[in-house]
Amino acid sequence: MINLTIDNKKIEAEAGQTILAVARENGIVIPTLCSHESLEPSGACRLCVVEIKHGKRTRVVTSCLYTVTEGLTVDTKSERVMAVRRLVLQLLLARCPESVQLRELAGEMGVAPEPRFTPDKDNVKCILCRMCVRTCEKVVGVSAIGFSYRGMEKTVCTPFKEDSATCIGCGACAYVCPTGHIEMETTATDDSRTIWGRTFKMQACKVCGRYFAPEDQLTYISEKTGVPAEDLAVCVSCR
Amino acid sequence: MEEKVKEIIQQYRGDKSYLVPILQDVQREFNYLPKDALCAVSTHLSVPISRVYEVVTFYKAFSLKPKGRCQLSLCLGTACHVRGAELIAGNISDILGIKEGDTTADLEFSFETVGCLGACALGPILVVNGEYHGHMNIAKSTKILKKLGKKGASDDEQD
Amino acid sequence: MMSKIESFDELKSLQERLKAGRDPKKPCVTICVGTGCLAYGTQKLVDNFREELAKRNLAEKIDFRTTGCHGFCERGPMVIISPEKIFYQRVGLADAGEIIDKTVLKGEVIDRLLYVDPATGVKVVHEDDVPFYKKQTRLVFGLNSKVDPESMEDYLAIGGYSALGKALTGMKPEAIIQEVIKANLRGRGGGGFPAGWKWDSTRKAKGEPKYIVCNADEGDPGAYMDRSLLEGNPHLVLEGMIIGAYAIGSSEGYIYVRNEYPLAVKNINTAIRQAREAGLLGANILGSGFSFDVKINRGGGAFVCGESSALFASLEGRAGEPRAKYIHATDKGLYDKPTNLNNVETWANVPFIIDRGADWYAGIGTENSKGTKIFSLVGKINNTGLVEVPMGTTLREIVFEIGGGIPDGLKFKAIQTGGPSGGCIPEKYLDLRVDFDELTKIGSMMGSGGMIVMDERNCMVDVARYFTNFLVSESCGKCVPCREGVRRMRDILVDIADGKGREGDVELLEKMSAAVIDGALCALGNSAPNPVLSTIRHFRDEYKAHIEEKRCPAGVCKALITYSVDAEKCTGCMVCSKVCPTGAASGERKKAHTIDPAKCTKCGACRESCKFDSIIVK
Repeated sequence: MINLTIDNKKIEAEAGQTILAVARENGIVIPTLCSHESLEPSGACRLCVVEIKHGKRTRVVTSCLYTVTEGLTVDTKSERVMAVRRLVLQLLLARCPESVQLRELAGEMGVAPEPRFTPDKDNVKCILCRMCVRTCEKVVGVSAIGFSYRGMEKTVCTPFKEDSATCIGCGACAYVCPTGHIEMETTATDDSRTIWGRTFKMQACKVCGRYFAPEDQLTYISEKTGVPAEDLAVCVSCR
Repeated sequence: MEEKVKEIIQQYRGDKSYLVPILQDVQREFNYLPKDALCAVSTHLSVPISRVYEVVTFYKAFSLKPKGRCQLSLCLGTACHVRGAELIAGNISDILGIKEGDTTADLEFSFETVGCLGACALGPILVVNGEYHGHMNIAKSTKILKKLGKKGASDDEQD
Repeated sequence: MMSKIESFDELKSLQERLKAGRDPKKPCVTICVGTGCLAYGTQKLVDNFREELAKRNLAEKIDFRTTGCHGFCERGPMVIISPEKIFYQRVGLADAGEIIDKTVLKGEVIDRLLYVDPATGVKVVHEDDVPFYKKQTRLVFGLNSKVDPESMEDYLAIGGYSALGKALTGMKPEAIIQEVIKANLRGRGGGGFPAGWKWDSTRKAKGEPKYIVCNADEGDPGAYMDRSLLEGNPHLVLEGMIIGAYAIGSSEGYIYVRNEYPLAVKNINTAIRQAREAGLLGANILGSGFSFDVKINRGGGAFVCGESSALFASLEGRAGEPRAKYIHATDKGLYDKPTNLNNVETWANVPFIIDRGADWYAGIGTENSKGTKIFSLVGKINNTGLVEVPMGTTLREIVFEIGGGIPDGLKFKAIQTGGPSGGCIPEKYLDLRVDFDELTKIGSMMGSGGMIVMDERNCMVDVARYFTNFLVSESCGKCVPCREGVRRMRDILVDIADGKGREGDVELLEKMSAAVIDGALCALGNSAPNPVLSTIRHFRDEYKAHIEEKRCPAGVCKALITYSVDAEKCTGCMVCSKVCPTGAASGERKKAHTIDPAKCTKCGACRESCKFDSIIVK
């Protein structure tokens, strides 16, 4: 067991746990934007920063990646920490002025937009939290989307910004996207959906007739598991 | 094209870690990175095309568009900057009618600005198809472009 | 083709033999063919020499050696005639015949090729008397003038690989590490971390295989020390790496070289091939039982790949995005294995420490910064080039005594050190002693060694904008503070330079800087605000002038300056009107010209071409 202090509270934790996980277990709230329970932490948004003290040195680190050590002192709301969080939110608000979720989060944290940052006008709601790409690569396993370019030009897209042959239309990326930037449209009858510019025919459940998953997704699962595609054509409720 | 790509991959024993050098060799072969070549790399190296695309667009060395017959690189390193390189960049852009990083529509000229070439004693430096031209200034850059076949606006007025 | 050297004794005999085969009295012509001199067209001079020597049937009687960079880049092409070490500079590309006939054969000195000391007007004949060299301590870099980088025999003849022999056959790995710790060799790439401790951590880390990496991704604009070392003396760097690998317990090494350094890549590849042939790379080196080999990887053109975790990502075939370093690379680095990464110059120092001992090495430099450092002295300076001095040399000595001061009679304004992670230092700090720690006290850092000198015609707001813009284009884009924050800082600086600065901008930049320093993921991001902060700290007045008075005191920021003609000085020669691209500059022959501000694009062509100093920019 590791003994540490978070916000003056003495806490016991297990070796290998991140500060974020330990804080959450103990009811201490640390905001995050790029963290997801199914994904390895990325440390990209910097919102979860905390100030740590070990011996004489203090440092600002991301709590999602820093593992606890014996005798660690953590301050989740120090001035330096709040300054970073404020800047991060102001920068994201200026980047995605249309995002309702960002405005709500900023409101909760008492952060007002910085007037000197001229809001971007391109209607991008992507905050580059990387959850979609990480999900597609590690959870779904197809890597249909990825990053391109770097710096301010960095975007999430399909290769060459064209239809992706490897996309299976599962919609996991849209589901996990925190700002609704990734759009998935379904027809009124649910018989097809369009995402990343490609339209996918949906499979109807053999039992109840409800459209529940793209045919391409079931083909992919069939190839990976060896289970014949026809056996997979049953929706979850009917299993 | 696919055969050539396979050959290059084989030289690196199909090792995925060598994606960057493999792409450099493919680009040297075709003067740029055609989409088909990149798909071939993805297939034969067993790397998802999304990652190949990410790497190609991340690094400045790679070009998805064909390069011009004349490749101009102007050093914008700090030493060259303090010696006035930005004014030269502006001049070249104006004469060619393209932004830095682009190629003229007729595929004659490509113009890019680069970090530091490390020949600071000769700064500012313009590299034309690998040949270094040092102690560059606005007038000299106009002259060089003229020699390569591109007239400057002031020349048009005189001639 | 070198045959395999099986033992340290064999190596020693080979060195003796090669050294004996070199008559120090035999005439020798040495020419620098580093990238800088090649840019002067020196290859033609080299060909000229070979031709002229052949014509006179002197190829056997006169040694002819091409070497890597000697450092006095301002004065290339350079030729040194030994044994007298007569120094010729700014040699004409067709001067070979004359030099052979007059100097080599008859011992006559050709006046016009001599270096004239601007301070005294005296012509300097011998290389060692050239003030630029005299005031340096060219411990590491000086070897460049003695070896042809493509000749392993040259390196062996001057005692190369002795340190390796001593280490492999006479020292335990732990003892080697202790020696490097005692010498207090600190990383020369900018971080300044004690190399010995890094080696120690890697040696003790759990996991196999262990890797060693040479970081040759020298990205600071204006710095080219590493390139010149790798081009000019690749075996020195290799030797350091092999010793390090032995000490750490690694058998696999990588050299990551910037893509823009083709000659360095070529020469290090040649050196590796030669070392393999000689058995100094590969299995059972010098019969010690230790095996080690090295691979070269070229970068793809990304400044961020100089950062170690981004470098590893690139080596692994991915985009160069850094990652958090809460777990050190010495525990989990390349491929998540224990990795020791060091800079080119750091590796190059190792053989000296092993050869002559830590005590000797620690006798050079200051209390916490030992040894020498190679700097690239560039920008508004008379003697542009690479200089090597002991740690603790003052900025004034470097700029004025070695650098020869500012050209064109202009005044020193600032020296920028540490690249995009560093800062600008004004005149009042010129007596600071340069080492790892001194310059951080005034908001800069020594960094990898780039030193850019600026004069009164450089605008510090423009400099801050330049560096910040550079970082915006090199940011990997992963984390918000760097990707979005540095970009917003750049936008504010552009506004200020364009005369659109607002009250409160400087304070906002300072506030943002603090948060970016704390919040950014990697060293690129958390040092990105340094150029802005240091220029605000030391040149706040210039910012004020731009914001409050819409004025650029140095006459650089286009939106804030006007070009006009000084009617008293103008002779009406019409040169400016000829080069003006928009017709803004005009006038009649022999009559004072004018510049129409409505048409003027401030391209600078008129000022550049005016021979009578009649263009006023303010």
